Amino acid sequence: MLAVVGTVPDPDFPLTIGKVDMVENRLRIDGRYVQVNRGTPALLGAMVNTLKVLGPKDITGFIAGDIGLGDGSRDLYQYLVENRSQIDFHTIVFHYLQPDVDWHNRILFMLNDLKKKPVLIADAGFMYAAKMSGQAQSYDLFTPDVGELSFLADETAPHPFYTRGFILHDDNKVPDLISRAYLHGNAAKNLLVKGATDYIADKSGVIFSVDNPIVEAMEAMGGTGDTITGIVTALAGTGIPISKAAKIAAKVNRVAGFNAKPTPATQVCEIISHIPRALEKVLKEYNVQ
Amino acid sequence: MFKFKLFKEKKQHHLSRAELGILVFENTSEVIAAQKVLLGNDWEIRVMGPPPEIQSGCDLVIEFPLIQELNILRLLEKEGIPPIETVPVTDPLLQPVDLFQIKDFGEFLMIRAANMKITVEKSTQLIVNVSGGGCPDVPYLAFMLVGKTMAQAPNPLDIGHTLCGYALGLAFKEMQKKCSQW
Repeated sequence: MLAVVGTVPDPDFPLTIGKVDMVENRLRIDGRYVQVNRGTPALLGAMVNTLKVLGPKDITGFIAGDIGLGDGSRDLYQYLVENRSQIDFHTIVFHYLQPDVDWHNRILFMLNDLKKKPVLIADAGFMYAAKMSGQAQSYDLFTPDVGELSFLADETAPHPFYTRGFILHDDNKVPDLISRAYLHGNAAKNLLVKGATDYIADKSGVIFSVDNPIVEAMEAMGGTGDTITGIVTALAGTGIPISKAAKIAAKVNRVAGFNAKPTPATQVCEIISHIPRALEKVLKEYNVQ
Repeated sequence: MFKFKLFKEKKQHHLSRAELGILVFENTSEVIAAQKVLLGNDWEIRVMGPPPEIQSGCDLVIEFPLIQELNILRLLEKEGIPPIETVPVTDPLLQPVDLFQIKDFGEFLMIRAANMKITVEKSTQLIVNVSGGGCPDVPYLAFMLVGKTMAQAPNPLDIGHTLCGYALGLAFKEMQKKCSQW
């Protein structure tokens, strides 16, 4: 069982919990429909399409509307803390949520108290809160892009907006930023850094890098990082070790992007539709059963 | 309604130091006026003495939830009492990102500020993509901006709420400068 905790950009979308599936290219959760676009919907769309190949597994969505005021995020946090008996998942990913260290800590304590702690993946706002809490090492995987990696590497920055220029600078090499993030305890057990080259790392340094096919336009497209996070979450949910799942996900996202022949104006739903075929190809190439 | 909910929730827990910012004002009268406006709008704030690193302003500052910096600055500017400086509590010497990474795709130009990117088609000045970020206003801002020209699109500094929205606003401003040169 997999779970996704995230938000949609609709202030009228209520706190909704339920099984997620896709109907005619729209996500459906507890009878409500959401367009597949950047953010948590892109992550969910990628998960659904990944599981089309891996085999059926339920995805439970914990979703609320939030446009940056934090109200929907706090409804979700409160629900999770008050309904811990419902939390029985192999893998949970926390995504576009208002960073809030106090709520983050309450949720992490709740997860740590479970009989079986799920595989924990954090991206976007919840990853920011995890770093600020000083408990990044409690997570199995963070999936930052290069800008967010700079934030993880800057031990003083409370948000990517305040990352210091000498760390953010282009001259800094990603492996150095990874080392710096681990040095200060601000990285999860594993990192999947999304960028021109994707890096999979742990505290010992870079384990794999994936740099082909090259699809430059994907850097400009909103949601292409969300799709990688969705793919790796679905793969990890089948029991594949995190570092291997991350390597496969990075490759699949690139192949799906390559097959979509995108320009910087392409929208992410185009790439999501190419995930199943890309995954089949990559699983064969990597000889994964 | 949103503000009311925010206020109600914030009463239930406290923010860590890393989540707080400081507003620095020219004089005490401005601090008092800003305090009145912010409390009147249900923001949870605190008036206190400045940390030693702050070398400017008067001998009182206002502590506020940093993630909502954009929202709070917008309100204070509207009321005519903008602070002279806004900094994080944990390290008052930190400054907002001022480094922009620019990538030219030929027909398209992308500008990145911190973790936020905006991409525009040069010939039409159409915003074709917004990416990066992690706060929940990012998908909302993308929805509001993508498909509009730079001239038609709302400024993220006017409609965003979080620091990600603020970073996108800075990238947007930089893109406006570029567009004016084409």
